[in-house]
Amino acid sequence: MKAAISWRCCDATSCRAAGAAALRQRLVAQHGVERVKSVGCLRLCGQGPLAAADHEDGRVELFGGVAAERQLDPEHPFFTLQRSVVLERCGLVDPGCLDDALAQGAYTALAACRQLAPKAVVEELERSGLRGRGGAGYPTGRKWQLVAAQPGSSKVVVCNADEGDPGAFMDRAVLEGDPHRLLEGMAIAAHAVGASEGFIYVRAEYPLAIERLRRAIAAAETRGVLAGFAIQLRIGAGAYVCGEETALLHSIEGGRGTPRPRPPYPAVSGLWGLPTLINNVETFAAVPAILRQGGAWYGAMGTATSKGTKVFALSGAITHTGLIEVEMGTSLRTIVETMGGGVPANPNGSLGVVKAVQTGGPSGGCVPAALLDTPVDYESLQALGSIMGSGGMVVIDESLAMPELARYFMGFCAAESCGKCLPCRAGTVQLEQLLDRFVERRATGADLVQLEQLCGMVKATSLCGLGQSAPNPVLSTLRFFRAEYEAAIAGAAP
Amino acid sequence: MTTPQVPPPKLRFATVWLAGCSGCHMSFLDLDEWLFELAAAVEIVYSPVASDIKVFPEGVDLCLVEGAVANADNLELALQLRARSKVVVSFGDCAVSANVPGLRNLWAGVAGGSRQSVLERGYVELADRGAQHPHAPGIVPELLERVLPLHEVIAVDHFLPGCPPSAERIRAFLEALLRGEPPPEGQAMLSFG
Amino acid sequence: MTQVLPSVSLQINGQPCTVAADATVLQAIRSAGLHVPTLCHLDGLTPVGACRLCLVALEGHPKLEPACVTTVAEGMVVHTHTPELEGYRRMAVELFFAEGNHVCAFCVANGACELQDVAVEVGMDHSRFPYQYPHRHVDASHALFGLDHHRCILCTRCVRMCDEIEGAHVWDVGYRGSACSIIAGLDQPWGEVEACTSCGKCVDACPTGALFRKQDATAEKQPHPERAQQLAAARTDHRWRNQ
Ligand SMILES: Cc1cc2nc3c(=O)[nH]c(=O)nc-3n(C[C@H](O)[C@H](O)[C@H](O)COP(=O)(O)O)c2cc1C
Ligand code: SF4
Ligand code: SF4
Ligand code: SF4
Ligand code: SF4
Ligand code: FES
Repeated sequence: MKAAISWRCCDATSCRAAGAAALRQRLVAQHGVERVKSVGCLRLCGQGPLAAADHEDGRVELFGGVAAERQLDPEHPFFTLQRSVVLERCGLVDPGCLDDALAQGAYTALAACRQLAPKAVVEELERSGLRGRGGAGYPTGRKWQLVAAQPGSSKVVVCNADEGDPGAFMDRAVLEGDPHRLLEGMAIAAHAVGASEGFIYVRAEYPLAIERLRRAIAAAETRGVLAGFAIQLRIGAGAYVCGEETALLHSIEGGRGTPRPRPPYPAVSGLWGLPTLINNVETFAAVPAILRQGGAWYGAMGTATSKGTKVFALSGAITHTGLIEVEMGTSLRTIVETMGGGVPANPNGSLGVVKAVQTGGPSGGCVPAALLDTPVDYESLQALGSIMGSGGMVVIDESLAMPELARYFMGFCAAESCGKCLPCRAGTVQLEQLLDRFVERRATGADLVQLEQLCGMVKATSLCGLGQSAPNPVLSTLRFFRAEYEAAIAGAAP
Repeated sequence: MTTPQVPPPKLRFATVWLAGCSGCHMSFLDLDEWLFELAAAVEIVYSPVASDIKVFPEGVDLCLVEGAVANADNLELALQLRARSKVVVSFGDCAVSANVPGLRNLWAGVAGGSRQSVLERGYVELADRGAQHPHAPGIVPELLERVLPLHEVIAVDHFLPGCPPSAERIRAFLEALLRGEPPPEGQAMLSFG
Repeated sequence: MTQVLPSVSLQINGQPCTVAADATVLQAIRSAGLHVPTLCHLDGLTPVGACRLCLVALEGHPKLEPACVTTVAEGMVVHTHTPELEGYRRMAVELFFAEGNHVCAFCVANGACELQDVAVEVGMDHSRFPYQYPHRHVDASHALFGLDHHRCILCTRCVRMCDEIEGAHVWDVGYRGSACSIIAGLDQPWGEVEACTSCGKCVDACPTGALFRKQDATAEKQPHPERAQQLAAARTDHRWRNQ
């Protein structure tokens, strides 16, 4: 085998946890430090630590394990069906090195868009059809247009990097793997809406992302690539609800992170009452590519209403765990079975069977195996009572009972409720206790009625998205797996 | 020819006292002379204030239940009265919400549990002398770990909250049921404390 | 020429009404002589939309909206008492009772409590949700007043009263979810918080028996929810005695 000309060694959180430091040390000892580069996520996290070997003829080999003992197949559909836009440099670029990022095209879109009128930039975004990747899927171009249209010269751009859904690590990959991409996207947004100040709100549980962002911001400012746009970091303190935009803004202001009723929306009155553009990490990270290659190019990918690509964190009962970026509209079956390799075989050798796919975390729902041909786009998932969410995708096999899954998420919401409004504060507690009865198979028919009624009440009357969507995992599993709840009624036939 | 007039059988009426202070029954007794009308209209088959029968009888039409379910005897009687009564009424705040007797639930799940905490407090910490836990199996009923409102133990048909419900409301309630009508609802029938 | 305040027309439960364009739906409801229950709202304080009792249905609008924080709009069609809303309100009141420790029989506010009032209003004769019996405490450290957390419904009226009207900002909300509680100072005993002027406004604002005057025994609390509005109006209109 001809020796590789260089090695890329994943230095992101999951591979670090799996022993990336030892792998890197070994590679450095074998090939010399100048031929081993630290990069961000190489996608197949479940096989980490990962390292890629680049050959002169363009061939790439992929290895997993602290001694690079497992050769992996870069031609597997897990890799070949990916379409890297947001992650185009993740795994290629050294996230700690601005020069490397510049060499790979970082900040060229920003430089080009500075030659354009802000209005033209917003129009390009609108043309792309990009929708917010933080969960709700609000059209990004329209949001930028709204902020741009606000009077006054003091405006703020905020990046929501509080990624807190269980099973979600898409944003972390961008932050750890290609932080300059985020800064560039925010700077483009600042130009488009007329802001000169920016904040990135990152959860404290992402220390590596914080470190990389700090370095990236310092380097970008020293080099002047942001041209006067000042970005500050704010570190969250571990509250999931601080990912909700109004709670996040309160938190940046130094207050208690609790949501407030909207309107006014942040676009009109946000941080310190200023017009504020708030977008998710992945949303901003899609922007440089859109401006470089045009909104029409981006809009050509995906479905009629869900354009472009989406990053998913694939985990749970699946053979290939990791990060994928696919075109919108790809079917769940393609993702789970073709790319993810389906459910691994049981210890007794019997075939693993997909029971459902959970999307959208504690705000989402379960798509049953029978509907795996559903394309992933905002509307299709919503029609099934789930949501696209931010990109967590957890595969569930036959070993997990649905009331138990529902209880897990309800417990999460009860623990993460900010406590401001009654239905969420007190309702999630009661719902969790009701679900206990189903998990412990001591429920009654009346409990089932009450479960549905209370789900309806909490959903319809809570103040913010946390409470409004907390019943979703229950409602969605009731919709497709009602028999499991009925079987848990005491006295029901086993 | 006329058929002989058989008087309709009288409604078989019971009142039960579980874990409560007997205040609801006192309020019931505040109905004064109306009690004569009631006595004429119903047959009182079981009641701590109007009957000496010790065993809850079969075939009861209407049963008012004062008090929460706090010990093994309460639990047994609650299940029995439900099985033997057509209409069961949660009578007063203790039955409706466990009210004051339920306060020891604050110590359920806390070190020692509610049963232990309340006995310790009542019979040991506050004892002047001869501090000891009551122990007379078969005589003193075992406390349940949690004091429960009646409807968490048995199905309840009507609720008459109040601590106690006033005599007028008890009367309005019973009069309707005696006429065979649903009990009056609405704000005038509700009070707490 | 003086600017005429623009007004809008809307319909509430089938009844037409005209109010100032910046009025809230709650103000419109009241101006039409109608009623919707409220707990966290107190005239004179910034509304927060937390208790969700005042939710109303707006025709053509997918979500229920809290009347206290929603601004009226021309042609709005409001319903305050649909069967759906009535069902939700009853559940909400049950949840309030179940999440705290409300033993009205020996409460200082018995008979003068807004939570009791809404319970009666929505016809709550019992709670279908089991009582939670949270282990809370009573802060009796203040010389004049007490705070019984068992009876606190977290409406934050005290927080806003002290901050917005008295300007002392003694109160805040601490912790989260069902563990939330009103805290004095930096989660200190109330009596140790030097910022407190002992004005008693928070006690006046409290809708329940949570905040009370120490001299008051069972059923003796006399709440004064109107004071927030009086003081706020006095301030904006400069209605002082010495003028
Ligand atoms: C409880 C809750 C948690 C949220 N967490 C996040 C989060 O971690 N990251 C995020 O980008 N958006 C989160 N959101 C959505 C944000 O409120 C907001 O919609 C989003 O940041 C807007 O950006 P986008 O338009 O780019 O999606 C959350 C919303 C709710 C209700
Ligand atoms: S829904 Fe939950 S998280 Fe949102 S404001 Fe209400 S209590 Fe807070
Ligand atoms: S605060 Fe109101 S509802 Fe609670 S115990 Fe006191 S009177 Fe009853
Ligand atoms: S007494 Fe006055 S100053 Fe003290 S906490 Fe209450 S409102 Fe604030
Ligand atoms: S103490 Fe009273 S005013 Fe303050 S939050 Fe609790 S119930 Fe509301
Ligand atoms: S009064 Fe409007 S939400 Fe509480």
